[in-house]
Amino acid sequence: MALDEFDRRLIAATQSGLPLVARPYEAVGAMLGVSGQIVRERLAQMLEQGLIRRIGAVPNHYRLGYVANGMTVWDVEDSQVDALGDQVGALPGVSHCYRRPRRLPHWPYNLFAMVHGRERCEVERQAQAIRQMLGDACRASDILYSTAILKKTGLRLKEF
Amino acid sequence: MSRAELSAGDVQLDPVDARLIDRLHDNFPLTERPFADVGRELGLDEETVLERLRTLLSQGTLTRFGPMFQIERAGGEFVLAALEVPEADFARVAQIVNEMPEVAHNYRRAHRMNMWFVVAASSSEEVQAALRAIGERTGLQVHAFPKEREYFVGLRLRAGSEDTGHGTR
Repeated sequence: MALDEFDRRLIAATQSGLPLVARPYEAVGAMLGVSGQIVRERLAQMLEQGLIRRIGAVPNHYRLGYVANGMTVWDVEDSQVDALGDQVGALPGVSHCYRRPRRLPHWPYNLFAMVHGRERCEVERQAQAIRQMLGDACRASDILYSTAILKKTGLRLKEF
Repeated sequence: MSRAELSAGDVQLDPVDARLIDRLHDNFPLTERPFADVGRELGLDEETVLERLRTLLSQGTLTRFGPMFQIERAGGEFVLAALEVPEADFARVAQIVNEMPEVAHNYRRAHRMNMWFVVAASSSEEVQAALRAIGERTGLQVHAFPKEREYFVGLRLRAGSEDTGHGTR
């Protein structure tokens, strides 16, 4: 779907966050020269279209006690990776699950699943569940724990 | 959108803040006075909701509050990339990477490839240009891992300890 000029300005005005005032949509509308009602209607459409995943808060996982964040990576047989990826993504505790290209010879992994826990043993338990699910289709795996958040601002599109 | 839920029982978070964070995960009202509406659900007044939210954001308990754009739906791209950064050079490289507005987040990870970040922009060309710029400025090889297929996105880490539908999807 193509964005029109108003959409671009609306994204630019809200991508870093909604104003923390009683009437946030009015405030955004005032920046763009439209009513709060127009802003709300367009945001509702964007949600409907999937251009907005959700409107809400992004927590710092660490501050919520989830200090063990593991990017689990798997080398899965190509012919089975899509079927298995759907199953792995459906496991509780997996927040993101993607197929990505291998970078041989050093990076043989094509399936990525992010797993979170309060301790590394929780992450390892979940990784074990993934390993069992993958069975013989999996040739190698690793877990890359995050040790620091260096930046977490989210999307920041430059001036259009 | 489906999502997984986990509970964090032993977190030292004010119980009111925890309820607020859980409520604000999704479905923020598209109404004239949304903070008042959320407050009504939680038994808080509008100003209390706003004040607590300001504090949670300024303390860094929340990193962002607002619409999460899925820019791929409009031709944009998110690309995961990694660098193998020599330890002695880590701070310099982190600064270069973090300064790029296209870098949405960046994590240090325990691996030979020790810096993992996501580049987001409104077109594939801009993403490629940002990746090239990072390679030139850092002098390191940028390993890009564009997603070929998305199987699942959407975790809800619970801030509160009460269990409301564990693993509902």
